[in-house]
Amino acid sequence: METVTKTQDVTFNDLPWKIEYSPERCTMCGSCVAACTFKAIEPGVERRSVTISTAHVPEPTQTHRAIPVIKQKNSVANFCRGCGMCEKVCPNRAIRPVRNDDSRLNMLARGGGNPIKRGGRNNLLKERTLDKIVVGRISQMTDPSLDSERHTFDILAPFGRVLLPGELPFSIDDGELKLSDWTPPVRWIYPVIFSDMSVGALSTRAWEAVCLATAYLNEKYDMPVRMSSGEGGMPVQLMKSEYLKYMIIQIASGHFGWNRIIKAMPHMKVDPAGILIKIGQGAKPGDGGLLPAAKVAEHIQAIRGVPKADLLSPPNHQGLYSIEESVQKMHMSLNAAFKFRVPVAIKCAASATSVSVYNNLLRDPYKICGGFFLDGIQGGTGAANEVSLDHTGHPVVSKVRECYLAAVKQGRQGQIPLWGGGGLGLTGNAAADAFKMICLGANGVFLGKLLIQLCGCIGNEEGRCNACNTGLCPTGICTQDPRLVRRLDVDKAAQNIVDYMLALDGELRKMMAPIGNSSLPVGRSDALVTTDKAIADKLAIQYSC
Amino acid sequence: MCRIGAIKSKVAFHPSQALRLMLPQQEGHDNSGFAMVMQDLDGVFGQYKDKPLLSLACTQKGAQMVENYMEAHNFTRVYEWVPKLNRKPGLDIKAMPHYIFRCYDYPEQVQGASQAAKEELLLDTRLALRALLEKEDQGYAFSLWPDVLTLKEIGDPRDIAVYFRLWDDSGELMAKNVVVQCRQNTNYDIVRYAAHPFFIQGYTLCANGENTFYTKNKEYQKSLHRGYIGFESDSQNFLYTLHYVLHQLKWPIKYYKHVITPLPFEEIEKRPDKAELKLIRQSLGHLEINGPNTIIGMLPDNCLITCCDSKKLRPVVIGGDGTTIAISSEVCGLNVVIPDRDPANDVYPDEREVVVITPELEVQRWKQ
Ligand code: SF4
Ligand code: SF4
Repeated sequence: METVTKTQDVTFNDLPWKIEYSPERCTMCGSCVAACTFKAIEPGVERRSVTISTAHVPEPTQTHRAIPVIKQKNSVANFCRGCGMCEKVCPNRAIRPVRNDDSRLNMLARGGGNPIKRGGRNNLLKERTLDKIVVGRISQMTDPSLDSERHTFDILAPFGRVLLPGELPFSIDDGELKLSDWTPPVRWIYPVIFSDMSVGALSTRAWEAVCLATAYLNEKYDMPVRMSSGEGGMPVQLMKSEYLKYMIIQIASGHFGWNRIIKAMPHMKVDPAGILIKIGQGAKPGDGGLLPAAKVAEHIQAIRGVPKADLLSPPNHQGLYSIEESVQKMHMSLNAAFKFRVPVAIKCAASATSVSVYNNLLRDPYKICGGFFLDGIQGGTGAANEVSLDHTGHPVVSKVRECYLAAVKQGRQGQIPLWGGGGLGLTGNAAADAFKMICLGANGVFLGKLLIQLCGCIGNEEGRCNACNTGLCPTGICTQDPRLVRRLDVDKAAQNIVDYMLALDGELRKMMAPIGNSSLPVGRSDALVTTDKAIADKLAIQYSC
Repeated sequence: MCRIGAIKSKVAFHPSQALRLMLPQQEGHDNSGFAMVMQDLDGVFGQYKDKPLLSLACTQKGAQMVENYMEAHNFTRVYEWVPKLNRKPGLDIKAMPHYIFRCYDYPEQVQGASQAAKEELLLDTRLALRALLEKEDQGYAFSLWPDVLTLKEIGDPRDIAVYFRLWDDSGELMAKNVVVQCRQNTNYDIVRYAAHPFFIQGYTLCANGENTFYTKNKEYQKSLHRGYIGFESDSQNFLYTLHYVLHQLKWPIKYYKHVITPLPFEEIEKRPDKAELKLIRQSLGHLEINGPNTIIGMLPDNCLITCCDSKKLRPVVIGGDGTTIAISSEVCGLNVVIPDRDPANDVYPDEREVVVITPELEVQRWKQ
């Protein structure tokens, strides 16, 4: 055989994962092949040299036989994502994916002249500022620590436009302050919001699991956690139910689903928790949304009112070219639509210009911008160009801090609550991340990726899985294929989220108690220290060594 | 930790009473300083009650600078009292060369002006004097206000008292109100400004404890008012908030406690005034204190108030005998200055309580 004709063929060694397979353990049950959504493995036959003995006494002879085996496909279209479903289902420990350091996928996958698309998260930026910060001010004798078990803690954050004290419409009547005019709606909610992941990006079951967890936390544990719908609307039944009060409805540049939301408005029994205008997303700033046709199943078409096609939200809100316009048009109309009873917030990708946007919002003359959500580069997404995911975006920590300090300069801190997200909880320690963000000036944080990981997503920042864009999510979280969706146990997923949030709540207390705070330490940057001088300088926190 | 105290009486008394109130509590302070604000004066200042009184500790040069400034700004001196110092050797005191307590007439151009305009002028003048002295490190301007005298010194309170002859009831320095503290602030270098009580525009405040929300309080207050400066102590914030709520926002006094220690949301929801309380809590969140603190405040109308943070990690007790009433961190201080009172009537305010003592010595208690 001529080597020269083979050099450019793709082989397993060119792919990011290699299947490690032991034919002697395999019973050819077929489970792994059935479980692999990417069709990265298939049954095949190999001619093998085997030693056999058929006589009454050992009489070994060498022969060649065709035996059935499980084979990895050596094609870029079906590369193994390392999801490990085969290993999970194999009764005989005969198969598993192994990371291949020699992958040439980046050179191969752009075949056809198309950029690589994937879902998931940034796979390049490994450094996390928050991990280099610790809570260094621990109360000792002068300001005793609290008891995290016994003291009561007020763990709530504002969602809505807060007025300056001098702007409060109070009159004094018989020694009492009396409210004499309208003030913008402000909801005090748990400082962790379940971030916007749409029905469509998520499977109905995964979305339902997050919904269930939200309702359960509220109704059973009195934790006023709110969930954002993501773009694309939501089931009409939910909009007509009492549970709408736990939902923040999102409107993004595609305006998907809003037709149905508007039609449902007269039937809403309660107000939603808020409206979130999505301008940008941290994982792929400057990109609009993308729901690949593969995921636009019938029910998605119904909710969004669209045909089965790639659903692309534009990179910006057509018709809005300035912050002032956004305030006047988007904020005003959404406020008006809900009769000024529902806070309207805005979500932007963190960027070099975040502070300008925030400053400008703080000057909003109508006092109707109810929150500024800043999303950082380490956030996740259902689908994007890999080049955007890995090479665009901005870390969120310093941007939230800059926004807070910009507000401090004007004496307007807290007026437009700051919420930070994008990579929070990445290491599984969301409470610590949230706490540090709050000390730096955030009012609260939003979490997305962590939730789907609690549902069972096995994707990670090391390039494992990240196939959310394919509609082939092996865990049923991020697909609309009914057979795959069934893989997700809704109750168990919801339970995991609830359990995690209860732990998070306990951990927040565990961090508030030692610094002697019974309410959220917003802006308590004095509580933080870092051993990294550059971080200390940038964030204006103490340098310690 | 500090110990704080205040005495209010129907009859003017001498500052030695304040020392008697504080010294028994000295296990709780480190004898590193003494500071007091006297209000509603008698004695040598009794007849100048409407004249702004400047309290100053400075060098020779500083005294000259102040004199020049006041002259240039048309304040005319009407009375000056200089303490006859007892420069006995061996006293633990870091004294300044000069202590000046001087009453002025308002400049002619504001004599007919409104009360508010006068208040602003006095504040601006004090801030200007402070800046002037600070720039060349020539002294400290503690207060400039009618009927208010401030003394702050570094050292052992007993020795400070000897030095200023505060033990001798000479009848010169007399007042019906005194707010007092014996110690310096531990969080900062020892500087005269850092000693409690603090004063701004008729509001005096003394606090015991630590302010865990100091940074956020300070960051917010800096932009609220030009007079909110210094921040030599982490509890200076409470004074500025008191001033802000009462003087700037002009809210009734009971809202001070709602600002510094807002009710938990759960409790707010049960209240008929929940709309107002929620707005206060969210709008003034950066003025919240998270303790542990107890506060004694003196208001321009001579009322004393006391309250503590919502965790109540610092105590205070109030006791009186009908003529005199005192607030003190520890009851042993009360026992010395008002020995004949009935201790059964002593008040130990709780974490949701505000106590106000009116000029008629009526003790008002209310739940937040
Ligand atoms: S699941 Fe395991 S035993 Fe079954 S075919 Fe695959 S490798 Fe063989
Ligand atoms: S398991 Fe599903 S949701 Fe998680 S990375 Fe893979 S495709 Fe995406």
